[in-house]
Amino acid sequence: MAAEKIARVSLRSALGRARGLGSAKEGVAHWWAQRVTALALVPLTLWFVASVVALTGASHGEVVAWLSRPHNAVLMLALIWATFWHAALGLQVVIEDYIRPEGIRLAGVLAAKAAMLLMGLFAAFAVLKVAL
Amino acid sequence: MAKFTLPANSRIREGKRFPAPPGARRVKEFRVYRWNPDAPENPRYDTYAIDLDACGPMVLDALIKIKNEVDPTLTFRRSCREGICGSCAMNIDGTNTLACLKPIEEVKGAVRITPLPHMPVVKDLVPDLSQAYAQLRSIEPWLKADTPPPPDSERLQSKEERAKLDGLWECILCFCCSTSCPSYWWNGDRFLGPAILLQAYRWVADSRDEATGERLDALEDPFKLYRCHTIMNCTKTCPKGLNPAKAIAELKKLMVERRG
Repeated sequence: MAAEKIARVSLRSALGRARGLGSAKEGVAHWWAQRVTALALVPLTLWFVASVVALTGASHGEVVAWLSRPHNAVLMLALIWATFWHAALGLQVVIEDYIRPEGIRLAGVLAAKAAMLLMGLFAAFAVLKVAL
Repeated sequence: MAKFTLPANSRIREGKRFPAPPGARRVKEFRVYRWNPDAPENPRYDTYAIDLDACGPMVLDALIKIKNEVDPTLTFRRSCREGICGSCAMNIDGTNTLACLKPIEEVKGAVRITPLPHMPVVKDLVPDLSQAYAQLRSIEPWLKADTPPPPDSERLQSKEERAKLDGLWECILCFCCSTSCPSYWWNGDRFLGPAILLQAYRWVADSRDEATGERLDALEDPFKLYRCHTIMNCTKTCPKGLNPAKAIAELKKLMVERRG
């Protein structure tokens, strides 16, 4: 019969497979953080672009002086925090969308998050080193 | 990885051609996906030239004419032929829709017809929807209430409460939306898809239902709900003009609202 020829990965019932492991009871925090960081990045990115434009042609000393001002250093740290958090959340979504099987998917998510964390820490350290 | 190309045994080849009857003046070609599970061959496009002067206006009319008069081996689902049963959902001219609601005139050139995308094919234009039906069953699409109904009447709703179900109750479960959704293509084993999430919201939005929190608990999952990235194919393709993307957005809003 036709139905028997349809490839099946398992003989488990369709309902059993649909229910699967049940709900993880999480996901809203990830989704919300992605929206909030996106929102935060709008003013932070505008500020950053405007600052870079204003600093065009400035000497090394002038840029160091600019970054050493507390409000500039704090906004830079906020920009770094929002950027890398947002990037980590976004990369996780892309990897979960496209990568199989489960083991490689998990390794990919961990690697992406580790990379974003390290890059964020590195960037923050650089700002602090100049500013402090 | 998600599979972006068809495996070798699924590539569609050129099939048979059925010429128009002599004397036909308004001829339209229908290129129809054919696959028979009992024959170990690749799927193929058979081309049927149909005289539109001797055919009804909708794509389903042409399919019925082909089956009745040209090629009785063609297999497809249909029942009501007026857009209320959802049986004749298929991909016509690159868009999922109901064959009974799709005017042939709207398609320029040959009318290409394939089954709903990314579902196992039973035969020709008939997809296996058992997974989607099981996913519907999994969200428990029935009224759940601990309060017994009034002994002498039905459960009441205000007009405003009833209005919240508009745009939801009209869904006929044709699965045009779910099978148009890339997230459902890549992760349909875990993502519930727009059709089922719209049904889930239909019960969350029902003022008579008392299991709202339980329903939201069951949906809060990176895969069941949050694979939706608001791609909007579902809303664009819905042959009933519904908006599953909005229903999913409402679910996401409620998820945020309840955590305060």
